[in-house]
Amino acid sequence: MKIALCVKQVPDTNDIKWTENNTLQREGVESILNPFDAYAAEFALDIKDKLKNTEITVFTMGPNQAQDMLRKLLALGCDNAVLISDRKFAGADTYATGKTIAQAIKTLLPDFDLIICGQFAVDGDTAQTGPCIASFLDIAQVTYVKELVNIDNKSIEVTRELDDGTERVKVTYPVLLCKLQDDFEPSRPLINGIKEALKKEIRICDLNCLGLEPENVGLKGSPTYVSKAFRNISNHNAQKYELSTEESVKLLDEKIKSVEVKNA
Amino acid sequence: MPNGENSGILIYAQLTRENYIHTVFFELLDKSKELASKLGGVEINAVIFTTPNLINEFRESFQNMGLDKVYCFENDLFKNYSTEYYSKLIVNLVNYIKPEIFLIGATTQGRDLAPRISSALHTGLTADCTGLDINEKGLLAATRPTFGGELMATILCKTYPQMATVRPGVFRVNSVYDKKDTEFIFPQYSFEGLEDRVKILDFRNSVDSIINELDSAEIIVAGGMGLKNEQGFALLKDFAKSIGATVGATRAAVEAGLAPSSIQIGQTGKTVRPKLYIACGISGAIQHIVGMENSEHIIAINNDKNAPIFEIADTGIVGDFFEIIPKYLETKGE
Repeated sequence: MKIALCVKQVPDTNDIKWTENNTLQREGVESILNPFDAYAAEFALDIKDKLKNTEITVFTMGPNQAQDMLRKLLALGCDNAVLISDRKFAGADTYATGKTIAQAIKTLLPDFDLIICGQFAVDGDTAQTGPCIASFLDIAQVTYVKELVNIDNKSIEVTRELDDGTERVKVTYPVLLCKLQDDFEPSRPLINGIKEALKKEIRICDLNCLGLEPENVGLKGSPTYVSKAFRNISNHNAQKYELSTEESVKLLDEKIKSVEVKNA
Repeated sequence: MPNGENSGILIYAQLTRENYIHTVFFELLDKSKELASKLGGVEINAVIFTTPNLINEFRESFQNMGLDKVYCFENDLFKNYSTEYYSKLIVNLVNYIKPEIFLIGATTQGRDLAPRISSALHTGLTADCTGLDINEKGLLAATRPTFGGELMATILCKTYPQMATVRPGVFRVNSVYDKKDTEFIFPQYSFEGLEDRVKILDFRNSVDSIINELDSAEIIVAGGMGLKNEQGFALLKDFAKSIGATVGATRAAVEAGLAPSSIQIGQTGKTVRPKLYIACGISGAIQHIVGMENSEHIIAINNDKNAPIFEIADTGIVGDFFEIIPKYLETKGE
């Protein structure tokens, strides 16, 4: 069983700082493994526990510093790691990112059975890269995956948590899964140990290695672009009252009534 | 600049499992009318997948909504959504009819489908937009929150169709009725080369009613961790009942088991925009705020005067929910 685990390093969205000009401050913001990808990794490692001869190859696209994150995943029990990195990949939207990662998987792990991604990345929150990868590889996809029900060497059975309920599906390989959060924190010991993980080679894969043209990757290869970015500022006129309970009740009543009157 | 080859707006008309047209379709349709008029009155078309026995019903449903054409794929296989079939048939349709804009509801189904289609069409897709407009060059300007809602980005697309998904509840529906002769078209298609290897084994409904009451509520009272326990939520329900409001909750309250996930409001829950939103014991994490900040009037009751919710509440009441609400109910009971 060969698994491609796709992960992303993201800025910690709980640690966002703004400059005086209301632009995002990039320096000094900590980078973390996208929280949804931690659950994707847990899911892949669960499969490795269940099925013998499972090999997990982690793929990430990003700058050199993402190696630290890959080392940690190797220490958790993943077998190989690939860093897809080239300055020409910068500025990629979900289309170009999906195309680049799909090409890396096609090149380095052509006989994969499963691709596992996190459902969302907390920075962009598009939920698009997974399905884009599946589309470029023309394989089946199962999104919003919650639990592993059954797995063997031919197929996998999982539950999906959707808007209107829970669906149970079975699919034969090859397939791409997008994993939701679990109801518990991922808490695996570093079984391979940091020391072992440091010894492993991280494969660096650039534009040449993928055989893609510069105009097909990064900002150039992206159909979408950001024309404007601005801070989300509320248009509600914040008024705060510190009153006695009686006065608070009166104020609350007045405000509710004013809405009721408008509707009448 | 518009390329002259692509024209009109296409909307994906998602059906619920009970075969109702999903509310997000009407919201997209309403917005499309505004966009179409800014584009000089281009066509607005819809695409739908259904089983043959429901065709006549839908033919009627889609009349007088202001649509020009409805492209209908009918087959018994379309009883359940299929990523493979739906995406590939839509890709063929789009290549044939060449719309300039293609909108899809950001439901779990829409977010599964849309990137599949956009990749195959080699075009751009902007996810989960909160604003859509036509810019001075006639292009779709899609605005969406990123970085957990802290940053807004307006995104343009260099290719056609310009695709976007929009969450249910983001746009208002002013009126569904709009007299127009709508043409019903059954595109020719074949399943050649298509194989759906995803088999649906079963489905468990988690929504109490078909239509979530939060979507249409004029007043919502929502509770967060400041309500502490079940008693707090019981009090919230009494309060809601007394003013004819619908109850909502934060993600933290849902995760603590105080409220069901179907009433969760925020980034990973529902987006609501009632006339009045009363936030009780809600600190105001950005992930919650993005789901309710478009409410017309926001009242916040919280005993922490530094809670971020007060930055966006029109009326911020610093005080104890467990004192103010019982007193309010007592006054109303007289």
